[in-house]
Amino acid sequence: MSPATAAAVPRLHAKARLQRDEVRGREVLLYPEGLVGLNPTGAEILALCDGVRSLADIVATLERRYGVTGLERDVAAFLDGLAGKGLVLYGP
Amino acid sequence: MDPKPLWLLAELTYKCPLQCPYCSNPLDFAGPRFKRELSTDEWCRVFREAKTLGVLQLGLSGGEPTLRPDLEELVRTAHGLGLYTSLITSAFRLTRERLAGLKAAGLDHVQISVQGADAELSDEIAGTASYRDKIAAYHYTRELGFPLTVNVVLHRRNLHQVEALIRLAESLGAERIELANTQFYGWALHNRDALMPTKAQLAAAWRVVERERARLGTRLEIVWVLPDYHEEFPKPCMGGWGRAYMTVTPAGEVWPCHAAGRITTLTFENVRDHSLDWIWEHSDAFNRFRGDGWMPEPCRSCPRKAQDFGGCRCQAFLVAGDAGVTDPVCSLSPHRHLIDAALAHEREPEEWTYRAAPASRALAGRG
Repeated sequence: MSPATAAAVPRLHAKARLQRDEVRGREVLLYPEGLVGLNPTGAEILALCDGVRSLADIVATLERRYGVTGLERDVAAFLDGLAGKGLVLYGP
Repeated sequence: MDPKPLWLLAELTYKCPLQCPYCSNPLDFAGPRFKRELSTDEWCRVFREAKTLGVLQLGLSGGEPTLRPDLEELVRTAHGLGLYTSLITSAFRLTRERLAGLKAAGLDHVQISVQGADAELSDEIAGTASYRDKIAAYHYTRELGFPLTVNVVLHRRNLHQVEALIRLAESLGAERIELANTQFYGWALHNRDALMPTKAQLAAAWRVVERERARLGTRLEIVWVLPDYHEEFPKPCMGGWGRAYMTVTPAGEVWPCHAAGRITTLTFENVRDHSLDWIWEHSDAFNRFRGDGWMPEPCRSCPRKAQDFGGCRCQAFLVAGDAGVTDPVCSLSPHRHLIDAALAHEREPEEWTYRAAPASRALAGRG
């Protein structure tokens, strides 16, 4: 899996589903025979992966929301990690 | 924090049209203990209690779960609760219409077994002509947009087909193939001599898996369940007793894993008498081997105990006669010689006993 470029449009694989885990107070990504617990930032990033926004759009949205810059590396690393598990796909 | 379960395996029925000789169901599946199946309402209550308790992943299994006419309703309830729901089926006589109905009800994922890479061997191992139905159902599953897992149990009669099985899963567009080397419980333990692979077979199959993983990357996930008799250390069974996993059997008994019912020194509670929460928190069966306070040597002082949790309690009971000792698979176990004896000689192929109701009743009668 090659790393995301700024123009790549990340989306969740159809086999994966975001779900609230009330008992443990977090969001989780569920998929066949597995799950990934998410921190609030991770959940926020995935909620923005709608198959329309590019990585650059997602980074810009988060940077605006929090009034910070320089998030691209962290966001890309998070998504690349899930792409490595086949849970996130990059489209044009 | 106290552990809460993430996984629930719902064994909806022990009826099954297939007769695989490695079946993990109890030998006495046809006996009175499993006779009175839970009703639709009882299962729905179990699912609600499971969700409240922390369960996120639900497996609908059996026996053959599609024999339950209320399967659609059970899936609808599970989906409404937000459970990620997997159907684990033989696909015998499974139609496109039924699968479409299950999709509409909210089923997330389908796992279909196959016993060999071609009709001749698959049907022989299953004891029932079913390969054609399976292949048809694989295609329906993909057409309907389900993620698909191809489930294969490996043993001496089909290990030579690992490459063909992976190619089959690839050609179907499956997400995953689970290559599960036989674990020796239930019918598999009864048929151990006939199923036991050779070291050379396992080594050859493993070389194929490594090569195919490198070729396929994330396109097809290849899960390889270790043949634990051939290992030096035990498997971290269920991620630890009573830590993440529970099984509910067709008549409502709750077990820490799907083989635990064979441990006669434990008492198992029933969802008809107690809530799932109470059973998880308070029952003897779930507490007996939770944590590491129960561990004898060599586990107690072993640095691996946090990794493998002392291995499998069922295996300790079935092989060494005591559920409270180190898994005899462990090279440090004083009972390891019992495993070595099972591996010792490379046998001529033997006849196996097919999993079927008459054989089950006969074996149960024998005790």
